[in-house]
Amino acid sequence: MRPRRPGPAALVLLAVLVWLIAYPLALVLVEGVRDASGWTLEYVRLFLARPSEWEALWGSLWISVVSVVLAGAIGIPLAFLFSRYDLPAGRLLSGLVALPAVLPPLVGVVAFLFLYGETGFVSLLVQRIFGLTDPPWRLQGAGAILLVHAYSMYVYFYLFVRAALLSLDGSLLEAAASLGAGRWRTLGRVVLPQLRPALAGAALLTFMTALASFSAPYIFGGGFRVMPTQIVATRLNGDDRLAMVETISLTLVALTALWLFRGTRTEAAAGGRKGAGPARVPVRHRGARLALAALGWLLAAVLLLPHATLLLVSFVPIGTWTVEPLPPAYTWRNYLTLVQDPVRARPLVNSLWLATIATVAAVSLALAGAIVSRRRRPGARVIEALLAMPWAVPGTVFAIALATAFSVRAPWAGRMILVGTVWILPLAYLVRNLPITSRAILSGVRALDPSLDEAAATLGAGRVRTLRRVTLPLLRPALLAGASLAFVTAFGDFVTSIMLYTYDTRPISLEILSSLRQSDVGVAAAYGVVLMLVSALVFAVGAERRRPE
Amino acid sequence: MTGFLRLEGLTKQFGGTRAVDQVSLALERGEMLALLGPSGSGKTTTLRLLAGFETPDAGRVLIEGDDVTRVAPVSRRFGMVFQHYALFPHLDVARNVAFGLESLGVRGEELSRRVDRALALVDLAGFGPRRIDQLSGGQQQRVALARALAPEPRVLLLDEPLSNLDPTLRERTRREIRELIRRVGITTVLVTHEQDEAFELGDRVAVMRAGRLEQVGTPDELYAAPANAFVGGFVGQSSTLGVTILGPSARGLRISIEGVEWDIDLPPGAAGLSGAAMMLVRPEALRLAPPDPAALPATIVGRRFVGPSAIYSARTESGAVLEVVAPAQAVPAGARVGLLPSRRAGGGIHLFPADQR
Repeated sequence: MRPRRPGPAALVLLAVLVWLIAYPLALVLVEGVRDASGWTLEYVRLFLARPSEWEALWGSLWISVVSVVLAGAIGIPLAFLFSRYDLPAGRLLSGLVALPAVLPPLVGVVAFLFLYGETGFVSLLVQRIFGLTDPPWRLQGAGAILLVHAYSMYVYFYLFVRAALLSLDGSLLEAAASLGAGRWRTLGRVVLPQLRPALAGAALLTFMTALASFSAPYIFGGGFRVMPTQIVATRLNGDDRLAMVETISLTLVALTALWLFRGTRTEAAAGGRKGAGPARVPVRHRGARLALAALGWLLAAVLLLPHATLLLVSFVPIGTWTVEPLPPAYTWRNYLTLVQDPVRARPLVNSLWLATIATVAAVSLALAGAIVSRRRRPGARVIEALLAMPWAVPGTVFAIALATAFSVRAPWAGRMILVGTVWILPLAYLVRNLPITSRAILSGVRALDPSLDEAAATLGAGRVRTLRRVTLPLLRPALLAGASLAFVTAFGDFVTSIMLYTYDTRPISLEILSSLRQSDVGVAAAYGVVLMLVSALVFAVGAERRRPE
Repeated sequence: MTGFLRLEGLTKQFGGTRAVDQVSLALERGEMLALLGPSGSGKTTTLRLLAGFETPDAGRVLIEGDDVTRVAPVSRRFGMVFQHYALFPHLDVARNVAFGLESLGVRGEELSRRVDRALALVDLAGFGPRRIDQLSGGQQQRVALARALAPEPRVLLLDEPLSNLDPTLRERTRREIRELIRRVGITTVLVTHEQDEAFELGDRVAVMRAGRLEQVGTPDELYAAPANAFVGGFVGQSSTLGVTILGPSARGLRISIEGVEWDIDLPPGAAGLSGAAMMLVRPEALRLAPPDPAALPATIVGRRFVGPSAIYSARTESGAVLEVVAPAQAVPAGARVGLLPSRRAGGGIHLFPADQR
């Protein structure tokens, strides 16, 4: 029997996590109610008294709720369509439908701008067709934000519900049929109750993502206020302590959501199934087959339009495309610039090394946490909770917390000046990535049969050898999955970068923004394409080993 | 052809293979039929064709003369117990049992009365409010039975009903199921790969191989007169050995085994055979003797006890292993013995054409 106290490794890990995660958040909490003259509720009072704060909080809340509804309305039917019916080219389509996931938030927003903005392809097309003098709509305000959210977040519902449907025990449906239950009764009484965990998980994930969403409101918000953009604006105004209070208010909303959905699992995998999955229903009627196929491809086309647009725009030379529906000229120059011009190439290199460092660090910490938690050592639960904590807190909040904690030189208080150095961004990415990375790795570690360790021990393998020869090889899929999630998120990050970057460490997302401001749409799109392709590639590598056995 | 439930030339292909090939069967009302066969023999597909989960490529399913081949499972009113029970995990025991009754529009007082009756039938009275995951495997199995029986289906289908129970429970449950189905009097088709299960539960047993029906009969018929070496080998204990038929003899038939001649009773259906043949022999049809030129020389290589007797494995010079039943302490392992056909008449030795398996 091992001693029931935390080992030295666990203690070190605990200290690191507290220092990186809990401490900065605690500092925000304190700074919101304390200034040079001591403890004060002045800023809370100020916050409560300002209508614009309430407006932003309410905006965040209802946008998030409606985003959940819209994402569900798109994702759930799609999941049913592709997992229950055997459609022509169904496998290909069901993969294509998940592709919005490879667009980092800012890139998705930019693609929407090119498509549906005032001079976007679709807007101009509609304007021409109907002979309008003005653009048919303005891509601004709550509607625009919801459009982007629905597009980028239905994937959660789609993937969760599809996984749950595919892992549903097929004999449950047959049992219902043999007991005389028709299609709708089976759906309502058997299928939906089985889908509840998946639906709750997707809803929670969508809500949290929408609540933290920054890119869409930042670009399309106009006068519409949501809390993440409000926090950044307040901070730019120099009202640091008010920004802290705003940060706390947003965190409270997030925590309330987590509490309401407590007990919900947010992993797409639904284990513990017996028997085979339900057979797909073949669509026999020719007309129905054709109609469904056409619908499927049309849908895929609409969903892939942003990707295609980015690709097209990335070939547009600067200053050549103004009012024509399609760009008049094309060039490779934008891509050449990214490689040849040192100023343009810098963000690419930056994003690569920043994301790599953050990924390696996140995987190491998550793996250490998972191993400690597997040994069921005391402190394991605290470590797990710390690893998951950044998830409950929107990215803006963490950016503020890190900016607060590491802008002061006070070594005895565990604080140093990192803001303005190259180290703050990898640190911020690392902290933001810990929850998803550790979740992937933790579930891999939990799935390991403990008797494998025992078998290795009876064969004379020490702890290190067991880790190297047994545990790590078996964890490869989980490690790859965790690493790919971490890398993609860090590589495309915008929300924490915009608050913490320096000119020397400017990542791709900020360069996209500045290219847009200089109306250099071609280069902005070329960066977007690079982000999209790298994300897709990394996802493919991460998913490769997760293929079902 | 008459019968309460009839299968006529049922055929089902998956890809290029015929999972079920021209299967025809007839069951009387209240009869219990066991479909027996190794995995991949098509027995489960046959059951699913009966339930309506698969549509046959050819053939018909008739119940009381009605063709239900194309009737959806929803309206077929065939009850089914699934291999893994397929109990709805989010509903309690009573709601599981009520599920089929509600499909029939049974409500209120009547519903709870019939749920209680179904639960009492499987000895689970009072288990209604339990959650499914609070039940043992045996209890889950009985809930599945109660759920299938509650709407009073026309036919009961059981897919490997005992395969998920541990061996000690299996035998008891087998008796309980048999008694329950007798009491209810429902026409039942059961799929199993266990010969004991098929023989104890089935009034008749249908042996399947590679999608085809090899033989249908009562357990006694199958044991006494297997249609071929496959049925003989699948039903009961036996060993097989190549022999040569020499001709009629005083006792019945003279055969040569590895150069030794035996005089045996004329096996059923062997009258037309001559030359090389395949012999299938039950342990009780042989006896052990001291080594002797007239007996087949063999060495005892193993022994397992069955009550006061033991079944000995004896290896002949060609390497074939035959099983022989004899008193428990007859000979030690390693002993050299002679094998002879039992003196007692009563079969146990079957001959089939050599090219058949």
